[in-house]
Amino acid sequence: MRIFDPHIHMTSRTTDDYERMAAAGVRAVVEPAFWLGQPRTSAASFTDYFDSLIGWEPFRAGQFGVRHHATVALNPKEANDPRCRPVLDLLPRYLDKDAVVAVGEIGYDSMTPEEDAAFAAQLSLAVAHDLPALVHTPHRDKARGVERSLAVVAESGIEPGRVVLDHLNEVTVKLVRDTGCWLGFSIYPDTKMSPPRMVELLRAYGTERMLVNSAADWGRSDPLLTRATGEAMLLAGFTDDDVDRVLWRNPVEFYGQSGRLDLADLDPAAGTFAGNSILRGGE
Amino acid sequence: MTPDSLRAALRGVPDPGWLDAALRRVAADPATITAAFAAAGRRCGRGELADLPGWSADEAARALLLTALTADHAGYAEALYRHGDAAEKRAVLKALPLLPIGAAGVPLLHDALRTNDTRLVAAALGPYSRQLDPAAWRQAVLKCVFTGVPLAVVHDLDGRADAGLAAMLAGLAAEREAAGRAMPADALDLLDRLSARSGPISGGSGRPPSQEA
Repeated sequence: MRIFDPHIHMTSRTTDDYERMAAAGVRAVVEPAFWLGQPRTSAASFTDYFDSLIGWEPFRAGQFGVRHHATVALNPKEANDPRCRPVLDLLPRYLDKDAVVAVGEIGYDSMTPEEDAAFAAQLSLAVAHDLPALVHTPHRDKARGVERSLAVVAESGIEPGRVVLDHLNEVTVKLVRDTGCWLGFSIYPDTKMSPPRMVELLRAYGTERMLVNSAADWGRSDPLLTRATGEAMLLAGFTDDDVDRVLWRNPVEFYGQSGRLDLADLDPAAGTFAGNSILRGGE
Repeated sequence: MTPDSLRAALRGVPDPGWLDAALRRVAADPATITAAFAAAGRRCGRGELADLPGWSADEAARALLLTALTADHAGYAEALYRHGDAAEKRAVLKALPLLPIGAAGVPLLHDALRTNDTRLVAAALGPYSRQLDPAAWRQAVLKCVFTGVPLAVVHDLDGRADAGLAAMLAGLAAEREAAGRAMPADALDLLDRLSARSGPISGGSGRPPSQEA
């Protein structure tokens, strides 16, 4: 089972996790920039964080044979802090980097006017830099947050197929399924989604445009729940090819739209997608 | 290494037209180097260059972009390094000996040598490492031994290796021996060469009597 975890915060994880992930079949990850639990007090703090996402963390991952990519953005929560707003001016520099495969996590936390402004501005940056966008959907008032996110996405002019709405569940999946956007599901030990519930959604809605991630971070979470979901799929009668589509080919297709995924040296079979070499990045 | 040999080795890259145009733009408008530097890997590829062992296509293209500047090489090298991802940083480090900057790039070497990214450590020990003072250079060589960077990457290793480095290596060999851990073969070979040059090294026992894999 080859696994591409399209959303995991490896900066918060240990080398034990990298070892276990590699042993479980995780060969590539995308690490979105997010809230660190402790509020940051200046844009300079984000510079160090973003530098780490495109510098030290890929090196660390490489020690375990895991290919690491990143998305960068001002996250919704800290978009409300005036001290962090200048981060928006730093982003263009990072959005040109090879390892940056999307703008994210953007979207809503509390649905404030400040979040509106940062969300729209960063969708524009995604369009300007020809990158996909990773949209976090809020924990509180989620259904309304998803609807409002879809409206902002539509208004921005970004192509829906270049957007993923993440952290969806049984209720919010219905809102996104027919929009053309990708659907992200975070599998957690207690909250968000579980492997058996995920299997039910894949049964009901199919495997197209479906992304499964562990979203593992500094909270109670488990980087191996992608693998557990693949195993639950097989037990439920899905084929190896279904599992490969959800856990490998779908994330490769979504983030491959950046033209910057380079998985060629991970394994020869992964070097091309759909018969072409877009993974090498035509840009 | 010269800009001409970099250019010659890059003839076969996927998009040589892009590189030529970027070089002309940088010569005319230096600020364009920032975007070109970031895009160089996507345009020119990242594979090893057949005609230039030790250089990848992105490194060579980026080094060439730096040499295309007509002024303020040190300022641009620093900015591109400070704002670079690991591959961009590596390219700046490798370009330093090609630039008319005297010792102005030394702080970048110090930065790279403080990291634990072995690719940066190795890139900092090319020809420009002659600008490092002896203490910093010895620490850098020892760091290679610690982190598994082959000593073959160190420019002028035997020419610069001195009694101070020999004593540090002998000390490390003694610690490794006491711990039952292996010392890299290239470090033991260097220690042997230094011992042969100056007699037994003080500060350690020299090469341990036997090594296990």
